[in-house]
Amino acid sequence: MKTINLTLQIWRQKDANSTGQFESYPAKDIDTAMSFLEMLDVVNERLTKEGKEPVAFDHDCREGICGMCGAVVNGQPHGHIKATTLCQLHMRHFNDGETIVIEPWRSTAFPVTKDLIVDRTAFDRIISAGGFISAKTGSAPEASAISIQQDKAELSMDAASCIGCGACVASCPNASAMLFTSAKVSHLNLLPQGRVEAKDRVTNMVKQMDEEGFGNCSNEYLCEDACPKEISVVNIARMNKEFRTASRS
Amino acid sequence: MLNSKIPSGPLKDKWANHKDHLKLVNPANKRKYNVIVVGTGLAGASAAASLSEMGYQVDTFCMQDSARRAHSISAQGGINAAKNYPNDGDSIYRLFYDTVKGGDFRSREANVYRLAEVSNQIIDQCVAQGVPFAREYSGYLDNRSFGGAQVSRTFYARGQTGQQLLLGAYSALMKEVGRGSVTLHTRTEILDIVVIDGVARGVITRNLISGEIASFAADAVVLATGGYSNVFYLSTNAKACNVTAAWRAHKRGAFFANPCYTQIHPTCIPVHGEYQSKLTLMSESLRNDGRVWVPKKEGDPRKAQDIPEEERDYYLERRYPSFGNLVPRDLASRNAKMQCDEGKGVGPTGQAVYLDFEEAIGRLGEDVIRARYGNLFDMYESITAENPYKQPMLIFPALHYTMGGLWVDYNLMSNLPGLFVLGEANFSDHGANRLGASALMQGLADGYFVLPYTIGDYLAGVPSGRTATDSDEFRQAEKEAEEKIETLLAIKGNKTVDDFHRELGKLCWEKCGMSRDEQGLKEALQKIPEIRDEFWKNVNVPGSGRDLNQSLERAGRVADFLEFAELMVNDALYRKESCGGHFREESKTEEGEALRDDKNFTHVAAWEFQGLNKEPQLHKEALEFETVQLTQRSYK
Ligand SMILES: Cc1cc2nc3c(=O)[nH]c(=O)nc-3n(C[C@H](O)[C@H](O)[C@H](O)COP(=O)(O)OP(=O)(O)OC[C@H]3O[C@@H](n4cnc5c(N)ncnc54)[C@H](O)[C@@H]3O)c2cc1C
Ligand code: FES
Repeated sequence: MKTINLTLQIWRQKDANSTGQFESYPAKDIDTAMSFLEMLDVVNERLTKEGKEPVAFDHDCREGICGMCGAVVNGQPHGHIKATTLCQLHMRHFNDGETIVIEPWRSTAFPVTKDLIVDRTAFDRIISAGGFISAKTGSAPEASAISIQQDKAELSMDAASCIGCGACVASCPNASAMLFTSAKVSHLNLLPQGRVEAKDRVTNMVKQMDEEGFGNCSNEYLCEDACPKEISVVNIARMNKEFRTASRS
Repeated sequence: MLNSKIPSGPLKDKWANHKDHLKLVNPANKRKYNVIVVGTGLAGASAAASLSEMGYQVDTFCMQDSARRAHSISAQGGINAAKNYPNDGDSIYRLFYDTVKGGDFRSREANVYRLAEVSNQIIDQCVAQGVPFAREYSGYLDNRSFGGAQVSRTFYARGQTGQQLLLGAYSALMKEVGRGSVTLHTRTEILDIVVIDGVARGVITRNLISGEIASFAADAVVLATGGYSNVFYLSTNAKACNVTAAWRAHKRGAFFANPCYTQIHPTCIPVHGEYQSKLTLMSESLRNDGRVWVPKKEGDPRKAQDIPEEERDYYLERRYPSFGNLVPRDLASRNAKMQCDEGKGVGPTGQAVYLDFEEAIGRLGEDVIRARYGNLFDMYESITAENPYKQPMLIFPALHYTMGGLWVDYNLMSNLPGLFVLGEANFSDHGANRLGASALMQGLADGYFVLPYTIGDYLAGVPSGRTATDSDEFRQAEKEAEEKIETLLAIKGNKTVDDFHRELGKLCWEKCGMSRDEQGLKEALQKIPEIRDEFWKNVNVPGSGRDLNQSLERAGRVADFLEFAELMVNDALYRKESCGGHFREESKTEEGEALRDDKNFTHVAAWEFQGLNKEPQLHKEALEFETVQLTQRSYK
């Protein structure tokens, strides 16, 4: 077992209406086999025992799939290890004596709720605007009636792997939600079942995205770099193409 | 005896006949009925979306910031259906039979048959929604095998099947939210169920951001709140999984059935430290290609690769030649424990066995293995810093799923009229052990294809129109919820919520885990109230009740686990037989396999709450097997 000592600079903010500030906390004797969130648990347990309020942070599955966790660590969403959510980031990737700066996603469309927790319901509203195939329960044809080229199905699955964590928005200088939105557009529009509503889908989702106050894409590709599921920016190009076709007809 | 309302007639026709005779609500009247659905996992999201499509007004609740994040999202391996696409002889009957046998003959035949029957429709529905299941080069759907079956009937989307199925149900739900007929309440926790004159009428909620306590009334309440594995603290479940809603319903009169039926999954990453917050599952699908073994010699210090073939014991292949590494979970787990108890365990703690892919990589090549399990291998490496393509994985069993749950009849209604329970939260289909890839199937069966029919039968018999939330019962329940919060915040003791949760979990794991005996269970029954008393005297919950307070949220859930644990242990003590995941040391065959006692225990044990520190009252539901013959389960 190897342990390290760290200093944490953590963003503390009481609620959406308060202003926040960084506070410094020691994190001593951290086992390097811990996950980042387990390290925060340990710090929180210590704060609680000192009679202080622990740091609020979102998390649930701790397996990198629910998309609940996330914070900017030393300037990088989910930290510096590629293709990794915060819950799957392990302390062996940090050095003894290091100072780690931890702050919430920053974007107008994701207001801070408390400490490291932000409000990502804008994503849900984008899905509600068109991120679905309207197949009412009971109306489906026999599954094997639809055959789908394997490589197409794989591309669709690549896009469908998005966990909706918001790291793409956090990484983007424009706080754009293009990667998130285009992943859903691609997942569904690539499938034959999704073609019927393809035009409305892309039009309505993009409209909602704009209304939520997300910025535009200026091809920085930082979103792809930050994405724990390595969703490709090719999806953005695909969405743009779908959008153009939809607005022409 | 409880009445399960199983329809009469031949097994194959029961569901069809039943549907033909269920009462209907006229389309124009549906919108006058309001239904509360708690939970947006596979069961809740599919139910809420379907009910809304039919025309009902739905309010749905979840604790996470988005409905898409329910624990179902983390299911990896797949979902079963009796499509028989691989042409290997599968059928509805076989899926039914495997599930009843897998459950060690402790489930209802009629429910399981219905489950197998609607399994095919689920796949149709999911494909239509755009769930990107794995496909063959031909473009048709691919299948893989899972434990407890000799056919390939599992549909999958890489190692992310739960995610894709849930995103399908979530998108259907969000479509209905957009249409305005579902109102979605995220970051909202149900703290109580309101029962008026014996009928479920609504819920008490806490807004997890503002702390506000509120009441919601409805014509029916549907709980789809998942399982209670986290009573063991360490489990493969998401951190927020809890028993609160089910336990509150139980305290208000709903019966809790077979709480001792818990499932321990054989292939999880072993525990490595005190700080550990959860255990990570390595999907059962890995046992398709991975071989489980330990060194033949006790305490063998050599590295895996230095142990020659003849000095390895592939104990599952040896003991169960026809199922080999694909025996059901309970057997695989218990066998791993037996090996470790004999001192043959491996890894730093000796509490692990190997899951080895060397042979499969040799046969199929690394690329094929990467395509099949790449994300699982990556996850393993990210957690343990070891490369499973080069060395075998270390695995050990962990708490994973709970077959027990609130008692429901064939219509999925609890003994309280108006309270329906779906998914992992009910007890209905898996008996004493669940087969892999069957929970996703059950959650979606309940939500898409059972409840939408059966709830109409209930609603057609009650007048529409919300109950007012200003009645005494709502007021009183709100007051109790507020008081509990104030009490928790005022204790200001020396231990954290997690300190208590860990202590409870460890006790449950040791005394009521993979194997159980009378003495240990009795010790647990003594210890649990002691921990509970200390909790209420010495827990430290910082912060206030008027804003987002995660310590407070956890404290409420742990308080309920501390009560629920006692019921679980009581049930384990009552059930003197071994069956499925419930293994009593006193009841085993000469070879150490679980030995059922059909004469005395072929029934569901449904418990009625009588007050804290009082013995719960037992109600039995006899299990009648008309089609299947009860046998000693054999996977030899
Ligand atoms: C790691 C892992 C892998 C798995 N893999 C498979 C697999 O491959 N195949 C398979 O068939 N099964 C698998 N399972 C099991 C399966 O995922 C679950 O049994 C199933 O998803 C449960 O679905 P559910 O809808 O009943 O509940 P959940 O998905 O647990 O949803 C519960 C919902 O209830 C809400 N809720 C809970 N309590 C409250 C409350 N008090 N107030 C408000 N809301 C509340 C939650 O917010 C959530 O929305 C796996 C399980 C795990 C842990
Ligand atoms: S906690 Fe679920 S992705 Fe990190």
